[in-house]
Amino acid sequence: MISLFKSMWQVFLHAFRKRATIQYPEHKDYLPPRWRGRIILSRDPDGRERCVACYLCAAACPVDCISLQATEDRQGRRYPSFFRINFSRCIFCGYCEEACPTDAIQLTPDFEMCEYDRQNLVYEKEDLLISGPGKYHDYNFYRVAGVAIGGKDKGGAQEEERPTDPLELAP
Amino acid sequence: MVRIFVDNKQHEIEAGQNLLAACLSLGFDLPYFCWHPALHSVGACRQCAVKQFRDEHDTRGRIVMACMTPAGEGVRISIDDPEARAFRAGVIELMMLNHPHDCPVCDEGGECHLQDMTVMTGHSRRRYRGKKRTFHNQDLGPFVNHEMNRCIQCYRCVRFYRDYAGGSDLGAFSLRSQVYFGRHESGVLESEFSGNLAEVCPTGVFTDKSLKRHYTRKWDMQTAPSVCMHCALGCNIIPGSRYGSLRRISNRFNGQVNGYFLCDRGRFGYEFVNSARRLRRPLLRKAGGAPAPVSAAAALRRLRGIIAGCRGIVGIGSPRASLEANYALRRLAGPDRFVSGVSDGGQRLARLAVRILQTGPARSVPPGDIHKSDAVLVLGEDVTNFAPMLDLALRQSVRQRPLRDAAGAIPPWDDTASRGAVQQRRGPLFIATPAAARLDAIATAAWRAAPAEIARLGFMVASLLDQDAPAAAGQGAEERTLAAAIANALEEAERPLVISGAGLGSEAVLEAAANVAWALAESGRPAGLCLTLPEANSMGAALMEGGPLSLAVEAVESGEADTVVILENDLYRRAEPSIVNRLFKARHVIAIDSLDNSTTERASVVLPAATFAESDGTLVNSEGRAQRYFKVMPPLGDVMESWRWLAGITPAAEAAWQTIDDVIGDLEKELPVFTGAGLAAPGADFRIGGQKVARQARSYSGRTAMSANLSVNEPQSPADRDSPLAFSMEGFQGQPPPPLIPRYWEPGWNSAQALNKFQEEVGGPLRGGDPGKRLIEPARRRPHYFQQAPGPFSRSAGRWLLVPLYHIFGSEELSVFSPGIRQLAPSPYLALSPSDAAGLNITAGGLVELQTPAGFIRLPVRLIDALPAGVAGVPVCLPGLEGIVSPGIFAGINAVSEGAGGA
Amino acid sequence: MYSAVISLITIFGVIIAALSVSAGLIWLERRLLALWQDRYGPNRVGPFGLLQVLADMIKILSKEDWVPPFADAAVFVVAPAAIIVPVLLTFAIITYAPGIAVADLNIGLLFFLAMSSLAVYGVVLAGWASDSKYSLLGSMRAAAQMLSYEVFMSLSLMGVVMLAGSFDLKNIVEAQKGLWYVVPQFSGMLIFLTAGIAETRRLPFDLPEAEGELVAGFHAEYSGMKFALFFVEEYLGITLISVLICVLFFGGWQGPLLPPLAWLAIKTLFFICFFILLRATFPRPRYDQLMSFGWKVMLPLALLNLVVTGGIVLATR
Repeated sequence: MISLFKSMWQVFLHAFRKRATIQYPEHKDYLPPRWRGRIILSRDPDGRERCVACYLCAAACPVDCISLQATEDRQGRRYPSFFRINFSRCIFCGYCEEACPTDAIQLTPDFEMCEYDRQNLVYEKEDLLISGPGKYHDYNFYRVAGVAIGGKDKGGAQEEERPTDPLELAP
Repeated sequence: MVRIFVDNKQHEIEAGQNLLAACLSLGFDLPYFCWHPALHSVGACRQCAVKQFRDEHDTRGRIVMACMTPAGEGVRISIDDPEARAFRAGVIELMMLNHPHDCPVCDEGGECHLQDMTVMTGHSRRRYRGKKRTFHNQDLGPFVNHEMNRCIQCYRCVRFYRDYAGGSDLGAFSLRSQVYFGRHESGVLESEFSGNLAEVCPTGVFTDKSLKRHYTRKWDMQTAPSVCMHCALGCNIIPGSRYGSLRRISNRFNGQVNGYFLCDRGRFGYEFVNSARRLRRPLLRKAGGAPAPVSAAAALRRLRGIIAGCRGIVGIGSPRASLEANYALRRLAGPDRFVSGVSDGGQRLARLAVRILQTGPARSVPPGDIHKSDAVLVLGEDVTNFAPMLDLALRQSVRQRPLRDAAGAIPPWDDTASRGAVQQRRGPLFIATPAAARLDAIATAAWRAAPAEIARLGFMVASLLDQDAPAAAGQGAEERTLAAAIANALEEAERPLVISGAGLGSEAVLEAAANVAWALAESGRPAGLCLTLPEANSMGAALMEGGPLSLAVEAVESGEADTVVILENDLYRRAEPSIVNRLFKARHVIAIDSLDNSTTERASVVLPAATFAESDGTLVNSEGRAQRYFKVMPPLGDVMESWRWLAGITPAAEAAWQTIDDVIGDLEKELPVFTGAGLAAPGADFRIGGQKVARQARSYSGRTAMSANLSVNEPQSPADRDSPLAFSMEGFQGQPPPPLIPRYWEPGWNSAQALNKFQEEVGGPLRGGDPGKRLIEPARRRPHYFQQAPGPFSRSAGRWLLVPLYHIFGSEELSVFSPGIRQLAPSPYLALSPSDAAGLNITAGGLVELQTPAGFIRLPVRLIDALPAGVAGVPVCLPGLEGIVSPGIFAGINAVSEGAGGA
Repeated sequence: MYSAVISLITIFGVIIAALSVSAGLIWLERRLLALWQDRYGPNRVGPFGLLQVLADMIKILSKEDWVPPFADAAVFVVAPAAIIVPVLLTFAIITYAPGIAVADLNIGLLFFLAMSSLAVYGVVLAGWASDSKYSLLGSMRAAAQMLSYEVFMSLSLMGVVMLAGSFDLKNIVEAQKGLWYVVPQFSGMLIFLTAGIAETRRLPFDLPEAEGELVAGFHAEYSGMKFALFFVEEYLGITLISVLICVLFFGGWQGPLLPPLAWLAIKTLFFICFFILLRATFPRPRYDQLMSFGWKVMLPLALLNLVVTGGIVLATR
């Protein structure tokens, strides 16, 4: 009984504490680089699209708000022919970034993306694609992958030997 | 039954298995690569290591390969043993040494057996610091993609391709870690079953090239159980769709039909569904004017007006439309004015096949049982091109007798040993066709003759088997020897089989085949008969007892009927244009079809029909098995199932037919021969725990984004009134009854190998029985032999007997709309024997003029050595040759001089 | 004529006052909770965020008035009204200051008890009409909780009635001229306070809506103005219980210097703030704890209070 009143007194005393609220937008707080905000698609250090349209982000998405279609260019690079994120559904959980094997999809410290019309929250690839590598500066998936693309034949990736000739029997 | 002990727990299993199959059947997760339930064990990959103990006191044990160890009485093993686990993880680690960092761009990803097995063993980090070996890839044609870096050297591909499917142009090259699987140089894979490599390969070396063009992961595909539309065998398939287009076909196991494999036409012929020639809107054509698209409601209004005011309706059914659609048309037109929609000859053949199966004592063999036959006679059929999966089955059947001879010492699952014991020995397979066949290479004897001679050979064999069967008079010595050999082989066999069919277009050949099978049955053998038919529902259409096409023409010309309804049928492929044109004299010609074709181009009303991927229906395969296929995706826009269009304009049916179950119910009532067809799959009100079966996997992605570009408000998932399947990820996700299995997936088993978990035991039937309902069973009574053997073939001077030649890629109507199949379809030609060509003064490639009832047609000549003199082969319905062949007719052939060529 | 005008003014005055107080409570509660949780609360709309109430009203009035297709539409619409009417009626019998009362009822306290029993119906009907498992569970809880706590709520008031010798609230206030009943009836006050919270389904006794388990309990399916009615009812309930505590135990309008109505307002405001502090402090008990607390602790206490008070009244007479 006494402890109940003691708790009430403790709570009451909070009335005289300093406020924890930050008065946004007059005062903007610092957001760490790993903040999970607006999603972007990045480019590799050579300036090419990083996304290889593997569908893992879409599969990881708990609200299924990512959809895309894979296609391949003449050089053998996979890329998404369309890539759509419905931000009116996105919960900014960051699972897509976690699932991405090429560091293409990244969440950024930007959350100011309100719209009066929900339709405007549907972002297509041209809205998502930025011109830099984002948080991860050096990674280029095709330098480690075994597939051949224009400018990199078989055996041209890191840690790869030159291709063997199957008709060659010499050890 | 024997007892084995797995991790000290006792289990009862079927005797005669290996430990791997036994463990998988018992539900244990034991990783493996080289073993395949149809290819059996070779012990190459060392992945299925378990520890075996002598007895319960043995604590040390020894590591053995489960796939190479018989599961005998009292065998005691441990899967969980730490040493065995470490061994398996080590093997995976070694396999992964050279495996490229490709998964994100690999088409196998998400349904990769290697991924599954790696996760299963727990290997997750690459410790090896050395370099990876690499290979150049090959271009293997339009069907199969090659990415050799990913290979783990399990040898499954060559074992399937060479040993199982009889191909010769894929092999293992080089040595050590550099073993290379491919052709000696880039080129199209020759085997008609090359597409199976995509499913057989446990990783991404061989993948589906047609899928690559519109790539979708397995988990993102909306799938439903379906049946192949590209021949009459009715192989079970699982088509996958995404964003409203069909993406690929994968195999759906049915032990009674197709087992683990599909042919390339079935696997890659699906792209007609996405074709630009699809009809998407109803079209009304004013006299002489251009077609005007109208709404479905307007079209139905117009049609109801036509139907109400017409003098009579003729309904032309189709052997490629479902039973339901054909029956709906039969209801609209009336039983007397319903015609089957095939040429009169084709109609007679199909009806004859039905009569043979219904009235004779020989059982129509399920396609899935054909590989067990130990003596086969093929009369007149080029099965590789006409019913391709029979080719694969026959390649297994010739091993049956040598395997049986080798049995006792060698367990049947020990593939290396049994192949070593069998060597090149083959059981009896006799082939009698006019032209050389792919299977000749494995045949005991291949005989080239005109259709009449083939029939005479059959009659002769029958008369040797049973005295009562009529013989053909006046046979030569060669034929007599051959007939005796065939009769002898069939008599000695435990499971003899006769294959014939409608391919050659000769009733006499069918009758001869029936006589052989009946004579065998009469002598007390379990005689099997397999009669092939041209199209997916040829058997169903024949059972429907429609009239011949000429009946329709007569009705129109006599004025009895002024309205013709053509159901999913391009009549210009069936009959000569002069005949079909007569039908278009009717006041109204209503065509219901999915693709724009010569018939729809002339029809006054065209209704867009759903393809197999967008509709439900029942097909009866050539065995007489009714099988249900389900919508993979909902029809878009104004497209509707044919039976719905027809129900919409049939006054009596409009209210009565709400779901497809109502249609099939009425059909069963009206035509008792179809009793049971409705049982091919559970009805629309079937639920599991109150739920429909989900067409989308649990991890189906993009639900809230895929249509967000059109509207951010997600549409309701389309309702499916006709089936117990739902266009949703909500619903039953476990193992439904076999006819409803939409995909093979089990936790930890993402690849097609998850199938093991759906079977009663590995390699056995699906839990709950293989789907399909046989409608035809043999009559238990003495056969009335066909008495009339044809006379010997005699050629007439200057005229050639035209025989149809089939091409797996090209002869079938719908599959040619797939780019890959189109690419492999040959260009039109005329086949002549070298001697005949010499007589005409023509060399290979020279032009000839063929006189057909349709007129003159110029074709280049192809020389076929074995073709009998006086016989000319015309490829059936190759693009550009539709409607040319009327089997059994003689036609004149003139050489076209070089100067006049090229016109 | 003159008296009719006076009573009309009183009636509308009381209704408007009660409703605006309950509306203001939306703002007050949010600001106070924020205050005790180191936040600011609504401070953007108007001075001190006072116009937040207006903004909320505009929002809630312009929302879609949605009746779920599975609901029993008629009952679904009636329920919010059924819940708010008894509470408003109870305001009629309170004497706010000498001469300021809608109805000077000599059984005023009984009327209050009767009305608070009727309030159960609104909750049960709302839960039932929603045809949703959460709503139904919420309304069953509400029914059981309100019925149980009503038993000793009425018993706890009997001490006051005995001391004052009347059910008339005016007489009760006047009887406290010398000594507020909080002194002789301290335990009665505590029991009434507890029961009052439970009757208004306020935290920590808000198990009927318990958003952690039942989404929003009996009003889970409600939206728009109908939902607002449930909320207004809750704040009306707080106001009512606060006024009653003042009237029954803290001398009502009595106090020095300031006019009587001001005294009542000040005392009421104090208890309203006390209710909000309770909410800020205590977590929600488990449902079985709530019930056993009611029947096994509060009911015996109320009975004991009744017996002792009765004994003393008898002895001193």
